[in-house]
Amino acid sequence: MSKKKSTLTIILFSVLIGFLAGGIILKLAGYRPLETYLVMLKGIFGSPKFMSYSILKATPLILTGLSVMFAFRTGLFNIGAEGQFIVGAITAAMLGYYLHLPYVIHPLVILLIATFVGGLWGGLAGFFKARFGVNEVISTIMLNWVAFYLSNFVVTIESFVKRINVSYSIQPTASIRILGEWKTSDAGRAWLMEHPVLFDMFKSQVNVGVIIAILAVVISGFILNKTTLGYSLKAVGYNKYAAEFGGIDVKRNMFTSMFIAGSISGLAGGIQVLGISHNLSTLAAMEGFGFDGIAVALMGANTPIGCLLSGLFFGALKYGGSKIQTPPINAPSETVNIMVGIIVLFISMPKLIDVLKKSIAARKKVK
Amino acid sequence: MGKEYIDYDNIVVEMKGIVKKFGDFTANDHIDLTVHKGEVHALLGENGAGKSTLMNVLYGFYESTEGEIFVNGEKLTDHSPTNSIAKGIGMVHQHFMLVQNFTVAENIVLGNEPVKGKGLMDREQAIKEVRELSERYGLYVEPEAKIQDISVGMQQRVEILKTLYRGAEILILDEPTAVLTPQEIEELIDIIHNLVKEGKTIIIITHKLNEVKSACDYCTIIRRGVRIDTVDVDDVSQKDLAEKMVGRSVEFKVEKEELEAGDLILKVEDLHVRDNRNIQKVKGLNLEVYQGEILGVAGVDGNGQSEFLEAINGLRDVESGKITAGGVDITYAKPKDVNESGVVIIPEDRQKRGLVLDFNLAENFILQKFKKNPFASERGILADDEIYKYGERLIKEFDIRPPKVKQLAGELSGGNQQKVVIAREISNVHDLLIAVQPTRGLDVGAIEYVHKSLVEERNKGRGVLLISFELDEIMGMSDRIAVIYEGEIVKVFKAGEATEKEIGLLMAGGEANE
Repeated sequence: MSKKKSTLTIILFSVLIGFLAGGIILKLAGYRPLETYLVMLKGIFGSPKFMSYSILKATPLILTGLSVMFAFRTGLFNIGAEGQFIVGAITAAMLGYYLHLPYVIHPLVILLIATFVGGLWGGLAGFFKARFGVNEVISTIMLNWVAFYLSNFVVTIESFVKRINVSYSIQPTASIRILGEWKTSDAGRAWLMEHPVLFDMFKSQVNVGVIIAILAVVISGFILNKTTLGYSLKAVGYNKYAAEFGGIDVKRNMFTSMFIAGSISGLAGGIQVLGISHNLSTLAAMEGFGFDGIAVALMGANTPIGCLLSGLFFGALKYGGSKIQTPPINAPSETVNIMVGIIVLFISMPKLIDVLKKSIAARKKVK
Repeated sequence: MGKEYIDYDNIVVEMKGIVKKFGDFTANDHIDLTVHKGEVHALLGENGAGKSTLMNVLYGFYESTEGEIFVNGEKLTDHSPTNSIAKGIGMVHQHFMLVQNFTVAENIVLGNEPVKGKGLMDREQAIKEVRELSERYGLYVEPEAKIQDISVGMQQRVEILKTLYRGAEILILDEPTAVLTPQEIEELIDIIHNLVKEGKTIIIITHKLNEVKSACDYCTIIRRGVRIDTVDVDDVSQKDLAEKMVGRSVEFKVEKEELEAGDLILKVEDLHVRDNRNIQKVKGLNLEVYQGEILGVAGVDGNGQSEFLEAINGLRDVESGKITAGGVDITYAKPKDVNESGVVIIPEDRQKRGLVLDFNLAENFILQKFKKNPFASERGILADDEIYKYGERLIKEFDIRPPKVKQLAGELSGGNQQKVVIAREISNVHDLLIAVQPTRGLDVGAIEYVHKSLVEERNKGRGVLLISFELDEIMGMSDRIAVIYEGEIVKVFKAGEATEKEIGLLMAGGEANE
């Protein structure tokens, strides 16, 4: 119990420090921190549209966070969520365009396959680790680049590319947006006009992704805590020597863990394409969904519910942070990245907080 | 140990009314300690009694909640390990703190390297200084060998030299013999003798009674954070010390009745096994264990015991030979199959192999059977009710403390952790129990418990294979004694057939009948 409590303290403390440091940096750069934060806050909660955008931003982060968490519970560091996300996205974009299936069935099939492909991508790193002892950090980083260039290659395939650097969009049947076509039809417009809150909310690409993400959170929690699979994964993560002694196949569990981790990131990539982007475009740099997942998992204390909350937090922060770029604030939105970096830094060194506590206590004594 | 070097007019360490609290828990409750120059002072107590805490307070790792410390008559304020060293206090920890791929000399001078020119370490000077120091105190080391290549005994000597190099006058040794062979223990006692002769003062943290008797002058006994007594070691017997330490009278020898040995339960034939560095460590080992007997394997650490066990367990590949348990060939079986064929094992290292420290007790109990009925359904869903009911039962049956199924295994004392392992293993269906160093690092009370459990197993007609580096334990427990040397069983005796001296000689590679 006390362990849980202190973890929460550390996380909240780190968030506080993150905001303080962000404020100091803003101040040093000549902006007014309080006003900036207010704009950020308004940018998140100011209207139904803003809130739905925040959730849309959060959806992939919740999933990649879960992915990193899952591997971490088995003692593996999945740096490859990024690449697994990308192969999921490639799968979704191509199947969405080439495959012709009815509504509902089409996205269902696509997401299942994207999940599986992501799983293979992650599982590959697990296999390398189990079979050849390749450190998963190294192999997943490499696989990220393979996925990255694979994605850019796919956007050069003649039958798939619409105009330079952009692929064809998925078939309407494959979309998971809610009220996708109806929203822009006359009847839809008329109806939405009468319901201003919904009208505002549906200005964004509202889709079922977040529901799938919440389902994934629940299922991950169930697997970890209530199943024999979760038991063996955790046993390997906590102490692989004891697990081995107890007859648990450590190597197979490494593969399984990385497969599941990969599949969750693959799912995230699929949802992003079917729900938001609807196509692929040439990437200049990695988009960072997977890397942010590491921060989400850390801040979520490596628990499923924690990933949900911290995913929402980061999503909102990213979306709200983009608002400070415009007048009257004109502050760089990178401030948000600095804050996230500092939060993660502080969460990763719980010892530092002990030291701070001690020095504060010592100072009190002197007074 | 003679007291001729003690200077009774010179008190070097005086701790007064030390209280140390961790949250609500009081680890040290108004403890006083007085140590004179040239004295070897033992701090005796069970695991968790608070003796290491007290020394960590003295060394400056912990700040005491209350109380005062005087070193050479000077009161310590704003205490830390750094100013401990300045005051001449050195500490050798139970787990050595050495850089594995540095040489002995480099480790010793680390932090105070002799330099030549501008910031270049003077290796030759370092080696020379280490050599001088080592000769002066009779602590033999090889200055140019790497830590990873030297024995545990020598690593300990390096740790001691490290503190001496920094000018320590008062040495705190935390459980110094826990990792040593009998010979190395004797060497250590000689070293301690040399050190006090040179005017050093030594404080030994220990729970081993024979060490107190053989190496120390005075002994302060601590029980549950309270100082019970300080005694002149010459005036008390081991039994007195044990009673003060545990708080009740203790049986040293387990009584066991005569028993007819039953059927053959484990047969090992011409076994060959290699270690991680691909060196053959088990070389043609033959062994038979029968039901209703305890077969003790006596030997010095590193003679193939670990590899032998891992081969039986299925954790290590067998190069050649055959292992049969209860008629079933388990030579190439996996750990799971070995377990299912009725062989249960109490592993050497309970924290590494035995337990998942971050799992709670109930979860640890089902390590080998979490997939089985009634703990999980066929679809792989865990049945928490059954798991915790089973946990409650074992905790009660084996008197594990504190009796909380949801307590993490890592939060238990060493003795209770071992009880968890024993409880789990002997609650699995089995005909053969293999115990490796089952009392390592345990206090007297817990040792008594473990020994009784082993004898009970034997009395129930099961085979017990006991592998231990403690010859006393082997002599006291076994019906038959097998001596292992360089990966072979060199001789098997019936209990009482051989003296400790004869077995000791065989363990060291000598001939039995000269």
